[in-house]
Amino acid sequence: MISEFMTHAHRECDALFASAEAAGGGGDIDRTRDLHARFEAALARHLAMEESVLFPDFEAATGMTGGPTAVMRMEHGQMRGLLAQMQQALDAGALDDYLGAAETLMILIQQHNMKEEHMLYPMSDRALAGRGDDIIGRMQAV
Amino acid sequence: MTAALSLEQAPPLSVPLRFFLTAPAFGMAAAALLAWAGPAALGTRWTPAVLALTHLVGLGVLTMVMAGALFQMLPVLVGVRIARPLLVGRSCHGLLSAGVMALAAGFLGAGRPAFHLASLLLGGGLGLLLAVVGTGLARAPRMHDSVHGMRWALSGLAVAVTLGLVLTLGRGGASLPLARAALTDTHLAWALLGWVALLVAVVAWQVVPMFQVTAEYPAWLRRGLAATTWALLLWLSAATLLDWPAGPPAAGLALAFAIFAAQTLGLLARRRRRRADASLAFWLLGMVALAAAALAALAGLLLPLPPALALLPAVLFLAGFALSVVQGMLLKIVPFLVWLHLQQELGRSPAALARVTPPHMHAVMPEPRARLQFLAHAAALGTLLAALAVPALVRPAALLWLVAFASLGANLLGAARLYRATRHRIGAAA
Repeated sequence: MISEFMTHAHRECDALFASAEAAGGGGDIDRTRDLHARFEAALARHLAMEESVLFPDFEAATGMTGGPTAVMRMEHGQMRGLLAQMQQALDAGALDDYLGAAETLMILIQQHNMKEEHMLYPMSDRALAGRGDDIIGRMQAV
Repeated sequence: MTAALSLEQAPPLSVPLRFFLTAPAFGMAAAALLAWAGPAALGTRWTPAVLALTHLVGLGVLTMVMAGALFQMLPVLVGVRIARPLLVGRSCHGLLSAGVMALAAGFLGAGRPAFHLASLLLGGGLGLLLAVVGTGLARAPRMHDSVHGMRWALSGLAVAVTLGLVLTLGRGGASLPLARAALTDTHLAWALLGWVALLVAVVAWQVVPMFQVTAEYPAWLRRGLAATTWALLLWLSAATLLDWPAGPPAAGLALAFAIFAAQTLGLLARRRRRRADASLAFWLLGMVALAAAALAALAGLLLPLPPALALLPAVLFLAGFALSVVQGMLLKIVPFLVWLHLQQELGRSPAALARVTPPHMHAVMPEPRARLQFLAHAAALGTLLAALAVPALVRPAALLWLVAFASLGANLLGAARLYRATRHRIGAAA
């Protein structure tokens, strides 16, 4: 339930990222700015959904506050740092730096997603059984 | 599958980097040897130069990189910390490096003492790798396909090393329990398929989805490939040593890895990331070469190949597949690890955070240089394949390999230097 919903969100972010990166690789800075803004908005919303709804509920249900969610929050911080770097590069018109930071962010995101999709989300489905619809509803409201 | 390049458990970056930086030096030594030996070297698989070359590449380049990658990945992948990683890494690296040199010297005529020395050094270095990584995998609290796969690959290495030591003792004067040619064939099969190809596959199902944003490998392949490879290798070994028909298990192995290559190419063709880079080019070339090596091996089973093409499957496998894929992996893993380690370092010194930004991956590994590295490698591979039919091309091929390995070495060295320089800046700002 939660797994499916969140994994789908990962794939949507991947697609938006791929479009922005392809535009950057093609040298079209205006298009890259536009597509990057859409990717960034989707990613920021996804991170916010986890940090304001899923993680607190998971922590409350399992009592695990220093475990997987702590690592996930730390990596979210690293992602935000790279997003800021990408924005700076776009503002300066430096597409090479944009693409370099973008690839770093992509690998960080992929390894992060694997951990979530294989560990945290299935654990959430078990720990929060029966509350999936409510949690997804509150995440959609973020 | 929960592999993650996160760092809570990882060893210092110098542990894997030491192995990675040494690999191109052995590659250049192999290229120099090929240039020196010239066309006569490629006559058959058994010339001393070919034996030295195979081990410079198989141990000095491929196993060197794989050992470094295992020390890096093991703690992260299975959650087991390596005790005293610096000491273990340095010892394994030193023994392996010296052992490869002694073995190559032995093949090139340095006599029995060189083989004795090589047995000691390689037995020690690879034994240490097997013991440390093997213990880690045995104690793994988390089980998933890659842990299983790594156990099989590591056991494949153990078989290859054991047979290699027996053969080396034979070179050193001891009498062999079985025919040398049959033992050699068996050693080669375990080293190339049970170790190199199997480990590449196990690592691929972690890193291909991560680096190129593809779907995951199908579960049947992840669960079945390692055990199938082992069963077929046991059958092939029995057939080779007891003089039974070796065709069916050999064909089965060729088919198994052709399927792995086709699956990888299919995943890469449908990757969600649209940008093509040098790493992707290395993976595509490597998988095409693996499929071609399998086809060439199958063709060799069905019809007698002309003598000039006897080495074709081995060249396609080692130079076309293994060397390509290893470089494709290094081009991603090194810049990402540099960024990640520096990021971690900054996390520990908030004072530096405002003043130092860790260099992104393309600053660590500039794309134009990675492309040059790929072009040099592709040119060297193409010329070497042509040299199988046109011996006059052996020396030009050797020179191109020298350039290709120098390019890999320069790119890795550049990454290591930037890492060190940025660490100093973080230290100064903290």
